[in-house]
Amino acid sequence: MGRLELLQTLTGHQGRVWNVAWNPQGDILASCGEDKTIRLWTNSPSSQGDKLGNWTCRSTLVDAHQRTIRAIAWSPCGHRLASASFDSTTAIWERRQQLNTGRGADFECVATLEGHESEVKSVSWARSGRLLATCSRDRSVWIWEVENGENEELNGEFECAAVLNSHTQDVKRVAWHPERELLASASYDDTVRLYMENPSDGEWGEVAVLSSHSSTVWGLAWESNVSERASKGTRLATCSGDGTVKIWQEFGPNNEEGVAPGPDGHPAWKCICTLSGHHGGRPVYDVAWCPCTGYMATACGDDAIRVFGEAEGGDSMELSGPSIDILATQRSAHLQDVNSVCWNPKMPGLLASASDDGEVKIWMFHSD
Amino acid sequence: MEKSDRLENVNPKLFRKCDERILSSEEQDESVPDEFDNREIFDLIKGINDPEHPLTLEELNVLELNNIQVDNINNEVNVCFTPTIPHCSMATLIGLSIQVQLLRALPSRFKVSVQVTPGSHASENAVNKQLADKERVAAALENSYLLEVINQCLTMNHGG
Repeated sequence: MGRLELLQTLTGHQGRVWNVAWNPQGDILASCGEDKTIRLWTNSPSSQGDKLGNWTCRSTLVDAHQRTIRAIAWSPCGHRLASASFDSTTAIWERRQQLNTGRGADFECVATLEGHESEVKSVSWARSGRLLATCSRDRSVWIWEVENGENEELNGEFECAAVLNSHTQDVKRVAWHPERELLASASYDDTVRLYMENPSDGEWGEVAVLSSHSSTVWGLAWESNVSERASKGTRLATCSGDGTVKIWQEFGPNNEEGVAPGPDGHPAWKCICTLSGHHGGRPVYDVAWCPCTGYMATACGDDAIRVFGEAEGGDSMELSGPSIDILATQRSAHLQDVNSVCWNPKMPGLLASASDDGEVKIWMFHSD
Repeated sequence: MEKSDRLENVNPKLFRKCDERILSSEEQDESVPDEFDNREIFDLIKGINDPEHPLTLEELNVLELNNIQVDNINNEVNVCFTPTIPHCSMATLIGLSIQVQLLRALPSRFKVSVQVTPGSHASENAVNKQLADKERVAAALENSYLLEVINQCLTMNHGG
């Protein structure tokens, strides 16, 4: 078993906070919400040697969006930030040196991606930093190519490489695979879909449909820690309005388990585990898979944060599925629905959460 | 949610309003904790106007006392409403109005769920799913035209 220790409560947003995201270096936390702002929080360790608990708002990014900012995502290099808004645009922010201010680098809005017909719900950068995906209430997923390299300054060069219309309803979330150029999307139509570029003609297309949830799929998290069991990204966690979390596993060609491949020889994805009965029947709005520890955290509509872990010694290659235990339940983690959870990529156990109550919280998970 | 010039339900059936709530001596005693009950929730929403008739949701029997549940321990309020006709295109708008009124009037600790009374609407599941999706509700409430329509429904008619 384990427990979550509250390190700090960050206030400043007006109204609900929808999303939190750590930069890849783990030293900046970004949050966004209903107040149309993005706040960047950094840590100043206090003299008492307290390394973890003194986060303050370093800057507030404003004026790029006319409506709620639903989601934010850092580029893999940490120099760029993308924000998805109900105003149907996605803004790209870039770190620019501020001269003569003594404040070091700050972020400026350098591009606005337009094209979606209604609210943009989510945004994600591919591992290479070369591709960006967005999704919308208009039922489509867009893939954008970034022309400038990571270390060059951006000149507003984004080109739409694909518009994917597989979903039949509102698309809630997109997430790129931690290493490959494989994209997952989750929708109000209760399904998750995976997409890849066809190497022969360069066209993007759907390569798998993951159906099992009985309501909206709100969240997606790729397994990104390297374990003895498997390489990165062979499993995907999804969470839903049906109150469950499901774990899906990839089965490549000629797999030992004898799972038949998907259409056109693409790997098959099977639900190998359903975590049900833990979330009080309330929607699970987000799931995060820790890149350091392999623990999973969930954000739930019952105001609680939960942490799950895989039982050691379990033979996860069995089709009966892995044995996943609940390690901690933090009831009343917030005063209202928890919308987002994010593990710090560098500091094992450090977790951030965001809620309808307008607060962002920083937690430390102790596995005891 | 466009308002058309033609009425969908030309001649709706009218229902008798329920009697005024009688305050008990216990309810008037400030030292006794007074938890929310379904009658209080009902009183908060019964005066909401129907989008197409100059009548309240109570008068049209869209809202009934028995279709409201309150769970003070788990902070849950569940309201079922009954559209006047099974193909009512205003169902989502009516549900949204009820939801907005309760979100404004109740303490934020309450989880408010507004649903169509089972069996009373042709697209029951679709309407319920939409009303339960807080992200879509939030986006809808940022639409100034829609918010204006909802606020009109919420201009409470306490008379008569």
